[in-house]
Amino acid sequence: MEVPVLKQGDYLIASIQSALSDQDLVQLRDSIVQKVGKLRSRGVIVDVTVLDVMDSFATRTLRDIAHMIRLRGAETVIVGIQPEVAFAMVQLGLSLEGVACALDLEEGLAYLNRKSPKSTKKGA
Amino acid sequence: MPNKPAVRATEVVSAETAGSLLRELVAHLRQNRTQLREEWASRITEAQLLTAMSKEEIFAEATSVYDNYVEALETETFESLQAYARNLSERIIPRGVETHEVVGIVLLLRDVLARSLFGKYRADYNKLARILDAYEPAANRIAITVAVGFVQERERIIREQQEAIRELSTPVLQVRERLLILPIIGAIDPQRARQLTEQLLRGIRSNRAKVAVLDITGVPYIDSAVANHLVQTVEASRLLGATVIVTGLSPEIAQTLVNISVDLAKMTTVGDLQGGIEEAERRLGYKVVPLSEIPQQQEEQ
Amino acid sequence: MARTEKGLTVKEEAVVAINIDTDIVVARHKSRELAAQLGFSYVDLTLIATAVSELARNIVLYGGAGEIQLSLVENGVNRGIVVVAEDHGRGIADINRALQDGYSSSGSLGLGLPGTRRLMDEFEIVSAPGKGTKVTVKKWKR
Repeated sequence: MEVPVLKQGDYLIASIQSALSDQDLVQLRDSIVQKVGKLRSRGVIVDVTVLDVMDSFATRTLRDIAHMIRLRGAETVIVGIQPEVAFAMVQLGLSLEGVACALDLEEGLAYLNRKSPKSTKKGA
Repeated sequence: MPNKPAVRATEVVSAETAGSLLRELVAHLRQNRTQLREEWASRITEAQLLTAMSKEEIFAEATSVYDNYVEALETETFESLQAYARNLSERIIPRGVETHEVVGIVLLLRDVLARSLFGKYRADYNKLARILDAYEPAANRIAITVAVGFVQERERIIREQQEAIRELSTPVLQVRERLLILPIIGAIDPQRARQLTEQLLRGIRSNRAKVAVLDITGVPYIDSAVANHLVQTVEASRLLGATVIVTGLSPEIAQTLVNISVDLAKMTTVGDLQGGIEEAERRLGYKVVPLSEIPQQQEEQ
Repeated sequence: MARTEKGLTVKEEAVVAINIDTDIVVARHKSRELAAQLGFSYVDLTLIATAVSELARNIVLYGGAGEIQLSLVENGVNRGIVVVAEDHGRGIADINRALQDGYSSSGSLGLGLPGTRRLMDEFEIVSAPGKGTKVTVKKWKR
């Protein structure tokens, strides 16, 4: 199940649509990292609203994405983690340290706008 | 009662199975239903059991229990009696009926029926002994079924009430848009800590909160398990994009947290609730200003 | 291990073979579906599915192949779900070490076993080098 990664202005938005296998997650990581460079994106939003489980592999992959994106000079924010999923993650000992999280897409965009103001604002 | 003594006399005693004795017994109880039921109901009143119920109610319940009792003896299956006991308990527990009353009435019924068996088989001692041998285990099992059903129902209700109390004891309050307060009063055990976390996370999601102030002024002590739960609460909230500010740590709790080396770097703490709310407002971009400092023209508009 | 089955009535069962990473998704989906039959809360369903995911991943990472057995059980008082994750891989030499936070033998996060233990009510592991690994976890409905 491939995750669509869409360009939205200066940002990339990856909306996960269904449960992902480890292979799908790795593909998502590679695709985001590649596109960030190609499209010169300044921020990435990964929407995980539909995920009802985030185990150690999913969490590690999301963390890797955020770290790799930072190395490429952009910001990442994970949005839509469900309350139950967050609860299970911390019980398991996973907390996505150093990775920005926001409630939903709207909040994620607001976060990126604060974090990386548009560089090419005309007449600003 | 058609006793068929002629046939019985030709049979060897061992052929008289417990099953056939029970059938005989059941027939006897059916035949004397009206009288035994009344006797039982009056014994209940005499013993001052089920005082929360009227005479008519007692008689109505006595009738149902009696019929279910006889049915359980007859079929030797206890499922329907179990279901009835649960249903009965559901109805009478809210009226304040106590465990000893339920156990008491079942034991009374057992006595009333046993006495009637004594009366019937008085003349034939051996037969009486065999009838009682068949009756006792079944009667005991019935008594246990009803009593256990009652206790289980009570326990279920207590669990429900505990749950409700726990939920009430940790209200999640929205004081401003996107700002929640959780005043926690009383001891926190791991179960309450878990519930508190679940409620906070749901509250963050449904109120779209950005900041939550967790005030533990009213918490007398915290052990390492609970401290770790608090850290987890803070971390889980962050995964939903919200910051948790912990306020009201007493000197004792502060010392505990240092001694058990909880990773406090993950927690934002502010001395008291007021300070916590001010810090939260600052983070949300609010500024509280006295009316006198607001420029005049705003009032004229 | 038979003693863990003592006094438990099995009401419903399912077995998921674990060979490749997509089987992990199948196993956790199946566990959630089965546990939902007992009326577990949404939080508990998530904890169960997460634990199953970790156990299934351990099979793929260390055991190579194995299975996850899920059963709904009753012990007279409580109802719950039992998850048995079994593989015939190389096994674990030092179980105590494997149960410590931060230990990992495949470069993963190393939270698998101790984390899974925290998610569930009961945890049991039997393993020996070359003999495979069998992890049994249970969660009771509160």
